[in-house]
Amino acid sequence: MTDKLKQANQFIRALPHARALGMQLQTLELGTAIISMPYADRLVGDPKTGVIHGGAVSALMDTACGAAVMSHPSHPAGTATIDLRIEYLRAATPGQAITTEATCYHVTRSVAFVRATARDEDSETPVAMATGTFTVEGGK
Amino acid sequence: MTKRPAPEPVQIVKQRRDSVLRALVEGVPYVQFLGIAFERRGDELTGVMPFKDDLIGNPILPALHGGATAAFLEVTAIITLSWAFIWEDMESGALDVSDLSHVHLPRLPKTIDFTVDYLRSGLPRDAYARARINRSGRRYASVHVEGWQDNRDRMFAQATGHFVMPQRKG
Repeated sequence: MTDKLKQANQFIRALPHARALGMQLQTLELGTAIISMPYADRLVGDPKTGVIHGGAVSALMDTACGAAVMSHPSHPAGTATIDLRIEYLRAATPGQAITTEATCYHVTRSVAFVRATARDEDSETPVAMATGTFTVEGGK
Repeated sequence: MTKRPAPEPVQIVKQRRDSVLRALVEGVPYVQFLGIAFERRGDELTGVMPFKDDLIGNPILPALHGGATAAFLEVTAIITLSWAFIWEDMESGALDVSDLSHVHLPRLPKTIDFTVDYLRSGLPRDAYARARINRSGRRYASVHVEGWQDNRDRMFAQATGHFVMPQRKG
């Protein structure tokens, strides 16, 4: 693990809610963040199937999108979610980790635009996709 | 003139509704993990998410994590939708709720999409949410949720979601 990634991971671990969900940062560079969340019983939304709750996927998406904004070359000093839309394509396979890749593809003086895709371990079809806009706090 | 049946004693009615609601909410591990509870007045539900450190996203402000807010609003939408779906069968007796350990509650609605509008940062305080079912058909439902904290008139987030409804048997 590079020093920069190690540092970024410490940052993610300092977010209590991200830590509570067991999120781990895999990649963070130039406006792209990859964060994974291991399967855990406490994240289950439907006890009959063992499928992870959409809300936990939302939290993962939101964290990855925020991290992507922070890693953008324009170096925003801070960010907050303005709007986040998530489409749930299919149920995540019980027992598998979910990994989200988020890309911040455009930043203006005040707004960052982000897209993200969440996958589990076994299929080409994503579990969920997200589109979000984020604030850009005092750049440079 | 036929004699009208005596109305059900209020305690029986309340006990039935509260126990079904409890079974619905306590059956979802993630709802328990977030610490979300529901208050009921008649058929109206209010979601309550008591503040705890685990919900913080920005430790410097501090502010609630956007993901915790999204999850809270989505949980409120799903429970409200499921509650409305169960209500009629629960009240008519079609859903036997005499033994909740064996009652077969219907499957939960499945989220198709969910859009959260973050209006202001979530304070380190308890949060409340109420959902309005704008349309509920045989297969799909559209739900709007409002979340607030100290002041009912100052929402900190709102959301709209679409859901696939569970299929009724028979």
